[in-house]
Amino acid sequence: MTTPSRLPDPYGQGQSANLADILERVLDKGVVIAGDIRINLLDIELLTIKLRLVVASVDKAKEMGIDWWESDPALSSRARHDELTRENAALRERLRELDPGRVPREAP
Amino acid sequence: MTGLRYVYAVCRPFGAALQSQLTGVAGDPPRLLPHGDLVAVVSHVPEADFSEEALRAHLEDLDWLAGTARAHQQVIDALTAVTTPLPLRLATVFRDDSGVRVMLEEREESFRRTLDRLEGRVEWGVKIYVEAGPVQAAGQAGPAPKPASGRDYLRQRRRQTRASDDLWSRAEEFANRLHETLSSRADDARLHAPQNPNLSGAAGRNVLNAAYLVRREVSEEFVETVDRTKDDAPGIRVELTGPWAAYSFAGEEGPREGS
Repeated sequence: MTTPSRLPDPYGQGQSANLADILERVLDKGVVIAGDIRINLLDIELLTIKLRLVVASVDKAKEMGIDWWESDPALSSRARHDELTRENAALRERLRELDPGRVPREAP
Repeated sequence: MTGLRYVYAVCRPFGAALQSQLTGVAGDPPRLLPHGDLVAVVSHVPEADFSEEALRAHLEDLDWLAGTARAHQQVIDALTAVTTPLPLRLATVFRDDSGVRVMLEEREESFRRTLDRLEGRVEWGVKIYVEAGPVQAAGQAGPAPKPASGRDYLRQRRRQTRASDDLWSRAEEFANRLHETLSSRADDARLHAPQNPNLSGAAGRNVLNAAYLVRREVSEEFVETVDRTKDDAPGIRVELTGPWAAYSFAGEEGPREGS
């Protein structure tokens, strides 16, 4: 009989496991079952691909100055918000050019 | 609050208890939901975080994703210690227990087949890296002397190119040989895309990223085989991870023809 206790000690696993290795498996491998909550995997495919390019750990990435996800609108809600703000300002500017009288300047 | 059901894995019923301290993705301990001769391992998760909209937003948050992935893997890991789990992909979520039961019933046949195929087996990950820049790795001791002339320069370039070509072809040969050796000790193997060197945090360039499905009782031997190769090749690094649940072999298809 095979007993799990015969397994060798973990290598590069457990708490210390490389995040890239874990993500590779839990996002990309394993059985795909459509649950009641359906998320389009294509939506996160982008994330998966980018992550594959990335990271041993988030902290490490930050240490290395890699924080693209914070400024990538596809990956960060904060960045999306910033982008909306920018877009808003740009639109307001454009409107002002077209019709200077109608659009109030931002309150000083 | 009852919440939604997050499903980690499907297993055959098993006698052993899970670690008592074990918590799942939202801090809730995983529970066993038996149905017929299968067991789903589930935990309760709040709708506020796992509804479609919330989940989509969370998945774009790297910190959240990292924490959830680790929690998911931790449960799978605990299961692997006591049984052979069929790991599901991250964020497989149902409304309630009965939704999970229906799913178990609908896919019973295929779950059984896959569980039989994986029974008593685990996955080992093996990555091979070519260490450092090929030129430095293969170059003779110390930095090259400043070329005294154009001809010197060209000669030096040629030497460096040859050294780097040499390391790459050695690495390729090494990877092929190791993959062949390990495949012969495994029931199945998969080659994954190499992880990117610049950012994965691992030094060197990843030239092989493979997964092997190995019976528990020969795992020790498998690990020793990998260990033995480690010092064989200067400039080339072998990295072993595992034992993992058989993530890479959980899909429906059996062993590929000719692989």
